[in-house]
Amino acid sequence: MIFRKALKKSPWIVHYDCNSCNGCDIEILSTLTPVYDVERFGIINVGNPKHADILVVSGSVNHRNARVLKNIYDQMPHPKAVVAIGACACSGGIFKECYNTLGGVDTVIPVDVYVPGCAPRPEAIMEGILKAAEILEEKKKNMKKGEILNAAKS
Amino acid sequence: MKEIALVLLTIIIAPIIGGILTGIDRKITARMQNRFGPPILQPFYDLFKLFSKETIVVSSTQILYAFLFLVFNMVALVMFVLKMDLLLILFILAFAVTALILGAMSTNSPYSRIGAHRELICVLAYEPVLIAVIIGIYFVTGSFKINDVIKHNNFLIFELPFIFIAFTYVLTIKLRKSPFDLSTSHHAHQEIVKGITTEFAGPILGLIELGHWYELVLLLLFIGLFFAKNIIVAIIAMLLGYFLEILIDNISARLTWKIMLRLTWSIALGLALVNLIWVYIRYRVL
Ligand code: SF4
Repeated sequence: MIFRKALKKSPWIVHYDCNSCNGCDIEILSTLTPVYDVERFGIINVGNPKHADILVVSGSVNHRNARVLKNIYDQMPHPKAVVAIGACACSGGIFKECYNTLGGVDTVIPVDVYVPGCAPRPEAIMEGILKAAEILEEKKKNMKKGEILNAAKS
Repeated sequence: MKEIALVLLTIIIAPIIGGILTGIDRKITARMQNRFGPPILQPFYDLFKLFSKETIVVSSTQILYAFLFLVFNMVALVMFVLKMDLLLILFILAFAVTALILGAMSTNSPYSRIGAHRELICVLAYEPVLIAVIIGIYFVTGSFKINDVIKHNNFLIFELPFIFIAFTYVLTIKLRKSPFDLSTSHHAHQEIVKGITTEFAGPILGLIELGHWYELVLLLLFIGLFFAKNIIVAIIAMLLGYFLEILIDNISARLTWKIMLRLTWSIALGLALVNLIWVYIRYRVL
């Protein structure tokens, strides 16, 4: 039973701040402080994509950081999930029509959970990460069948 | 026949104890920081999750080295339980660390290499002290065999108090706890990402985690050796020693490797040498 719950119970996150106004990034960092104590869900903030299960992205994607974002995503071992934090990460937000902006995170890598808001509250971010942890289980099942869900569009 | 059963029992039970101790460590740490903390079974969730992930290797020899790290730690623990030679156990422990360092050095990543270099310096710092501990035990009991050490008719701590302090001092380096948490940088990933384990991922990281649990149990048994006359006192001492490590982990900031080397070689090695001379005069000269 420990086996079956393991993926859901220990999501390790790596966070990347694409091009945000810093509002969302501050909210993510405040989620990781002892006040909200995400470790009680097993969430650990690792700085290394090779150890991470969930990629937490804030801000809209532009031409310069699309490559970096893709690189981080590719380095994470399967099963992995992506959470987009904030209006900018979901769709481009207020930067949507800018000449240098590609749009939301899903223009570069597949996104599993969207957390809307400008900026979303730490509780919402936490819920988004836990949703993504449940999606990991499904991805594991599909991995066994030989297909990898949401393989990166490139 | 009895020995084979004992070996199997050790190999199965040690990681369970190690995992639960790690879970308690995380819980106590959380309570000290005024948080609720993860469930006690959290390390097991982490381990099984790591084993169910995809294997990514940078260089294929990495798998071998991670596996060797686990096996050497296992062998050292089994030898301890079978009451064999202390000196040999120490050498095998050194082999385990060497395997980890080689594993980290077999990749081209700068972070993993810096971690490996720092781990080498850690080995340089604690190994003389560990050897002094074992020589001290030899002077008192006249044997390197754990069998004879247990039969000694007094608590070793009364004869080797300074050596015991030196040993708990290097235990923080060996367990990679906070003041000397240089090579893995568990709580400071902005420094060298994850140090020596940077390039290990998925199941291979799981193997290393498992190796750490065996190592933890072995090092706690070393504490118990100083109180080996009475088994209940030994267990209490082991738990208290572990709690002390957690406390030190939480109340201290990280130091640089230079300070670590200076402090270990002056204070810990100095204490150990004073105790060695005292014991030598008492048992060999008088
Ligand atoms: S969603 Fe709002 S707070 Fe977040 S990055 Fe965009 S503008 Fe800033």
